[in-house]
Amino acid sequence: MATSSSRTTAARTTPRAVYIVDGARTPFLKARTGPGPFRPSDLAVRAGQALLARQPFAPDALDEVVLGCIMPGPEEANIARVVALRLGCGERVPAWTVQRNCATGMQAIDSAAQAILLGRAELVLAGGTEAMSHAPVLLGPDMARWLAGWAGARSMKERVRLVGELRPGHFKPVIALLLGLTDPVVGLSMGQTAEIISRRYGITRADMDAYAVRSHQRLAAAQADGRLDEIVPLIDAGGKVHEHDDGVRADSSVDKLARLKPFFDREFGNVTPGNSSQITDGAAWLLLASEEAVKQHDLPVLGRLVDTQWAALDPRQMGFGPVHAAAPLLRRRRLGLDRIDYWEINEAFAGQVLACLRAFADPDYLRAELGLRSAIGDIDEERLNVDGGAIALGHPVGTSGARIVLHLLKVLEQRDAKRGIAAICIGGGQGGAMLLERP
Amino acid sequence: MNAETEKPAGPEMEAIALDGVANWRLARDADELLWLTFDCAGASANTLSSTVLGELATALDAVHAARGRGLVVTSAKVSGFAAGADIGEFDDMRDADETARQVMEVHALFERLERLDIPSVARVHGFCLGGGLELALACRHVVAAADGGTRLGFPEVLLGIHPGFGGTVRAVRYCGALAALDLMLTGRSIDARRAQRLGLVDRAVPMRHLDAAARHFAGSWQPERAPARRARLAGHRLARPLVAAAMRREVGKRASEQHYPAPYAVIRLWREHADDERAMLRAEARSIGALLTTPTSRNLVRLFKLQERLKGFGRGDAAAPRRVHVVGAGTMGGDIAAWCALRGMQVTLQDRAAEYMGGAFKRAAKLFDRRVRDRAERLAVGDRLVMDLAGDGIARADVIVEAIVEDAAAKRRLFRELEARARPDAILATNTSSIPLADIAGALDDPARLVGVHFFNPVARMQLVEVIGDATTSAATLARAQTFVTAIDRLPLPTASAPGFLVNRVLSPYLQEAMILLDEGVPVGVIDATAREFGMAMGPLEMADTVGLDICLHVGEILAGAFGGDVPAALRRKVDERRLGVKSGAGFYDYAKGKPVRRKSGENPLAAADVRDRMLLRLLNEAVACLREGVVADADLVDVGMVFATGFAPFRGGPLNYARDRGVSEVVGRLRQLEASCGERFHPDEGWSLLETPR
Repeated sequence: MATSSSRTTAARTTPRAVYIVDGARTPFLKARTGPGPFRPSDLAVRAGQALLARQPFAPDALDEVVLGCIMPGPEEANIARVVALRLGCGERVPAWTVQRNCATGMQAIDSAAQAILLGRAELVLAGGTEAMSHAPVLLGPDMARWLAGWAGARSMKERVRLVGELRPGHFKPVIALLLGLTDPVVGLSMGQTAEIISRRYGITRADMDAYAVRSHQRLAAAQADGRLDEIVPLIDAGGKVHEHDDGVRADSSVDKLARLKPFFDREFGNVTPGNSSQITDGAAWLLLASEEAVKQHDLPVLGRLVDTQWAALDPRQMGFGPVHAAAPLLRRRRLGLDRIDYWEINEAFAGQVLACLRAFADPDYLRAELGLRSAIGDIDEERLNVDGGAIALGHPVGTSGARIVLHLLKVLEQRDAKRGIAAICIGGGQGGAMLLERP
Repeated sequence: MNAETEKPAGPEMEAIALDGVANWRLARDADELLWLTFDCAGASANTLSSTVLGELATALDAVHAARGRGLVVTSAKVSGFAAGADIGEFDDMRDADETARQVMEVHALFERLERLDIPSVARVHGFCLGGGLELALACRHVVAAADGGTRLGFPEVLLGIHPGFGGTVRAVRYCGALAALDLMLTGRSIDARRAQRLGLVDRAVPMRHLDAAARHFAGSWQPERAPARRARLAGHRLARPLVAAAMRREVGKRASEQHYPAPYAVIRLWREHADDERAMLRAEARSIGALLTTPTSRNLVRLFKLQERLKGFGRGDAAAPRRVHVVGAGTMGGDIAAWCALRGMQVTLQDRAAEYMGGAFKRAAKLFDRRVRDRAERLAVGDRLVMDLAGDGIARADVIVEAIVEDAAAKRRLFRELEARARPDAILATNTSSIPLADIAGALDDPARLVGVHFFNPVARMQLVEVIGDATTSAATLARAQTFVTAIDRLPLPTASAPGFLVNRVLSPYLQEAMILLDEGVPVGVIDATAREFGMAMGPLEMADTVGLDICLHVGEILAGAFGGDVPAALRRKVDERRLGVKSGAGFYDYAKGKPVRRKSGENPLAAADVRDRMLLRLLNEAVACLREGVVADADLVDVGMVFATGFAPFRGGPLNYARDRGVSEVVGRLRQLEASCGERFHPDEGWSLLETPR
């Protein structure tokens, strides 16, 4: 490994190593009718409690807590701090909240890693949480203005006048979740961006549905074989036990999916709820440690976070984000595809993942967009999302980036493999990728 | 809490000497306000002993002489303002008239405080109960801390009496009859915000503003608080008899006048004298004098002191535990874990799989919802109870409580594993109700760490916990187990590791006899009603249903194995039919939504006194056997154990107290009679002679 070999020659210039020593997540709970049983902080607290309980150090030994969340509840300002205190980390462990849309959970890991790299921290808890079922229903600006006027009204006459000004349109609710999944700059929903990039490579509805079915089948197989041991069961206040990702449909089939109507572009589109990621609640944590912390607490090493790449691109084609982040990462590290044992590419949409695979193999795309002289190559689909992905288990936006990193490490461990990349597309036109290695 | 309660302090205070006064301090601040600080010497809580009250008279003289602008009465104790009268003095009050005369002296003293020529305010935090609340109400104003666990109330009724220092008068004056009588009749305590809504206090403010509020009310004459017109309606001369009758009916549902005269006395006081405060004060004094000499009050006061004695067992040097690990998320394990979390412990709850734990967390959520009103606190309590499938909590726990199936081999296996993973100083506790400690201890490398902590169902209601030590249990382990039990606000009863321990063993013959009576044709309703008329919180058959008939059978078999005798056929039949009581929806009763469906009873073929004595005397006889065998150290502990674990008629002071009151020779004679007619299970225990010695 880089640190040990270079220690003698260039100790001053070699960055510190960043290890991931453990991780845990909640089951991912599909949003069904109304708000789910857990708020974002509740999810993060339950998963964090289990993770911290098995550590040899007390929670107040953490140097920092970094938590990603896009839609914290109104009572969860700086949700990371709320969660850190609820986890018993004590008053003196700083905590901050990060946000990078769909890569929020990955950003939390990167921020934690940076703190360790800079020598500011030895032991950091990082992750993401989201309860998309709790996304608020908002009042429009007209109504907000009217309410402000009402609060300031001094006389009966004024109030009567204000009541007269009310129009039905004032009461039209604004669904925050739908707004959040729409790019305000280019005016496209995320599903529409997937339509764009899948059209570009001629990916058919049948391709997408077949991919979606496989995602469900792979998750179902992983559940049956008990490969998802990163999950901490939850029990809600009604006593209901949640042990598994409940969005999975082991009986999903191409025939069944073919019956669904396109959701985003209703007449001629291909992207349906069945071949898109689900709206889901869930939280995931990773525990990051410096070499010193690993030694001090005698921590087991799950893997090393070798490198991270962020990239940005046309918001209309945000789904290509994984290509824009992973390709430079591979080139910088001088790694061919043969050196990457497993991949996790977040399944925002089946068509989007398939388009990424095409782009990785497309020298024209890579030359035009990234200035690469040759293609990256064909990623073996048997090494990609081997236990299913967000289409089967959901995409709690603040959490997925952390989940795919955690699960990639589990895959590497279970299959005794060496190296993997987790990559994610980001609404707004960005991509993130992390290179991980087992010791 | 912190230094904020330590008022008055600081350089601006000028002390005023109080000659011969040890429990009060007086000082004048820069604004010419006088601060009278209640600070009982050598105690952690303030109580109103006769000495303290005598000194208050001296202090009030000094207040007069000091000519300040206003008076703030406050407490130097972190625990609160004042906990009430000094219960230790109750024993000396044997004469009703003499007691009434002493009480009237206190009335006069409080009236001096009430009629001061400067504004007065009580600055209240923490406990402000009974006589303490009456002292506060004698000030013109009361300001109370809205945070820091402030509790105000009149718990006197729980001791068989009612407020005696003018509380019946002033509470009605400030809150109106309905709210005031409700407080006095139930004995419940309320927080400061509720007290403000009722009119009991002028202001409930956060601790940070308590001094400012006190200065406001002491600094100039402010209007007195008064109940809303609506609240005063009930006190109208014409409405009063009707309201009083309705209240008597309400109280009658919970306690009979014969067994518990105090609440009825409060209602009478108000009905007869509400128009005339002076007459009501005089009547209050006479009434309290009479009540203090009733057997009910004597017995309840004795139990209160015994409760304090049990708490004392937990006040040793042992460090209070913070982390508790519970293995077994069944009814008992789950409820113990939830209760510990509610009482501030960091709790991990372990079972074989998450699917077995849903019920425990559901009940916990309900408990927390019911018991914790503050949102932030409720969140914290919920977060303190953590599901722990892997047993990660074992390594950090101070106390580990086992509550798995009653199977000695399974327990031995578990404790071996626990011992290997636990901290060396953690205590290993079993909640077994039937397995002798020795059967488990053999599996441990260090059996000195093993102790029994036997909770009763439902954990949140039953205050008693048997703390069971065997020959191998170390004194340090016992002490730490008792500290643990006290720390979670339960009463530890040191008990020997004998079959059935104390409570189940004493209870078992009583339940059995109820079932034998049932077999003889006495209707279920008659059996339970007889027990309730005696004063039991619940009839024996309903209690058996609540405990679970399978558990009753299990305990019965163990006791039969140890002491001989048979298990009643009625019980075995029910268990065979899988009618296990409340939990299966049917037992001796059918249950609808957890409540028994009471049917009209048939004829009772036996004499009522026989039904009562057959059940009761078997209980008494077994209690005597336990005393003789030394299952607990003395008769008082037998009594307090049975009252707080089973609801044995509290006003009768426990089984042995009742036997003495009824007359030991009379009881033994009756046992012999029953032995002749019903069989040798009524054979008087040899231990009865122990009770014949004077108390």
